[in-house]
Amino acid sequence: MKYLLAIVVLIVALLHQDVWFWKDKTLVLGFLPIGLAYHMGYSVLAALTMWALVRFAWPAEFDEMEPPRP
Amino acid sequence: MIPALIVFAYLSIVLYIGIFAFRRGKESGEDFFLANRGLGQAVFLLSLFGTNMTAFAILGSSGLAYHRGIGVYGLMASSSGLVIPLTIYLIGTRLWALGKRFGHMTQVQFLRDRWECGAIGTFLFAITAGMLIPYIVIAVMGGGHTLETVSAGWVNFEVGGGIVALVVMGYVFFGGMRGTAWVNTFQTVLFLCFGMAAFVLIARGLGGLDQIMDSMVSNPKTSPLLTRERIAPAEFFSYMFIPLSAIMFPHISIMCLTAKKVTHFKKTVIFYPLCIMAIWAPCVYLGVVAASQFPGLKPGETDNVLVQLLTQHTGLLVSGILGAGIMACVMASDSQIMALSTMFTEDIFVYYGGKQRFGDRMQVWTGRAFVVGIALTAYLIGIALKNKAGIFEIAIRFAFSGFAALSPIMIAALFWKRSTKWGALAAAIWVMVAMIGTWVLFEISAPTGPSAGGPPKPFPVFPELGNLFLRTPGNVTVYGFLAVFPMVIGSTLLMIIVSLLTKPPSQATLDKYFPPKGQVRGWAR
Repeated sequence: MKYLLAIVVLIVALLHQDVWFWKDKTLVLGFLPIGLAYHMGYSVLAALTMWALVRFAWPAEFDEMEPPRP
Repeated sequence: MIPALIVFAYLSIVLYIGIFAFRRGKESGEDFFLANRGLGQAVFLLSLFGTNMTAFAILGSSGLAYHRGIGVYGLMASSSGLVIPLTIYLIGTRLWALGKRFGHMTQVQFLRDRWECGAIGTFLFAITAGMLIPYIVIAVMGGGHTLETVSAGWVNFEVGGGIVALVVMGYVFFGGMRGTAWVNTFQTVLFLCFGMAAFVLIARGLGGLDQIMDSMVSNPKTSPLLTRERIAPAEFFSYMFIPLSAIMFPHISIMCLTAKKVTHFKKTVIFYPLCIMAIWAPCVYLGVVAASQFPGLKPGETDNVLVQLLTQHTGLLVSGILGAGIMACVMASDSQIMALSTMFTEDIFVYYGGKQRFGDRMQVWTGRAFVVGIALTAYLIGIALKNKAGIFEIAIRFAFSGFAALSPIMIAALFWKRSTKWGALAAAIWVMVAMIGTWVLFEISAPTGPSAGGPPKPFPVFPELGNLFLRTPGNVTVYGFLAVFPMVIGSTLLMIIVSLLTKPPSQATLDKYFPPKGQVRGWAR
């Protein structure tokens, strides 16, 4: 799972270089430049990536450090 | 006058929060510098995020977007949204665990212990402390600009910067890390709440964003701002390395040590990219809009376009409240001042025997004295540099690139058993030399300035070397890449090569941080 997630992180990092919208002046919803809309979507993708890392690749030894619940 | 009074009321509140934290605190080093390693989930997330949202993020991003367009969001915000939480997840959690186990309070304390070094640790302290100063200066300058604009000149730049420096110094002096974290939390909540309100009100005041955007698309002078035409692909790629700086900023790494539980990191890294989007997207967008409203401004004049939009398109009361929101982010220098104070006290005063000689109480007062010294120094530099350079450019040149290029040192210390102090020293010297070299090249080459209506035209610093060093309006690039890219590559290579050529730390130290298989890892328990 960790290797799969490492590949996912790499792909997400590569998706940051969106050369396809470089000179595109299209306005999404009439007011949002498409280059900005793409990178706002990218921020959401980054949050989902971090969720996946926390959910599936959280180091088990960290949980041992938690104080016992009363 | 009314907006200025609201901002002053806000400043009084944050000062009171610091004093309130003072009453809750104890006179021990761990409590003053790390809030007793006991911050809860919400305060940890919001203060860690608030720590990184500074004058650079608010004023610098909108000022840069004014000249270079919407690509500024991709340059730093969306890349930061991935890289910063990733480094907090990989490095911040480990630093927290090691700090909890071995009692480290700074990066240098960990590195000294990990590599059995003293003087090299002092050298790393000097580099990081030196690179943090500009960050604090930026906040003072941002505070001066904001108060001057919000009060319509009634409070001038010098007095405004002085007031901000005094207030920040006050609550850090009294409240220590607890006060700083509480103020950061308050500021972040305030800005997240009022940032969206500012966006909606300015949009309404402008008569709708659709019309503005349509007119910008049809105008050949402003249409490139809606694309990335004014940003070169190599530069865009290089910026992906800049957010590596975050975890190496002492205030971020020290803040990582304040969480009560390691599980507090989980929600922090998930929500971090969304918090960045909530603040950066409106700032960049409004910076572009400002280009259609106030055409012809030069780089040094665009750091307060956001405040100008506020004062022109909202009522006095709203403008004052929103001005306070902007001030919230401008004043994020508190955690940098706190970090510098912690570093000086722990890495110098305590390391060289001050605590043993004078006791725990004197350790705290040394930290407080250092807070006063740093705030005063930052104020004097800020006043001297008024209108000399844009906020964003100062930050990038002197702090971000350097800290990013130091990140391989921390990664090697945490994850590479064979790494050595000499590798770290070589990498740190390389970073220092590269930063000085970039600065010299920048100073000896004449600025090109933004060309009217078109992308800035870089030119070779030494024509005989071709495109090796290209001068842009705000930077010197290496074959078109920002200096941070070769700096990170260089420090990584030096860390590896020099480590392999030199002797690793003793087996006892290696066992401490990398126990044999089957035993508990170094950062657990």
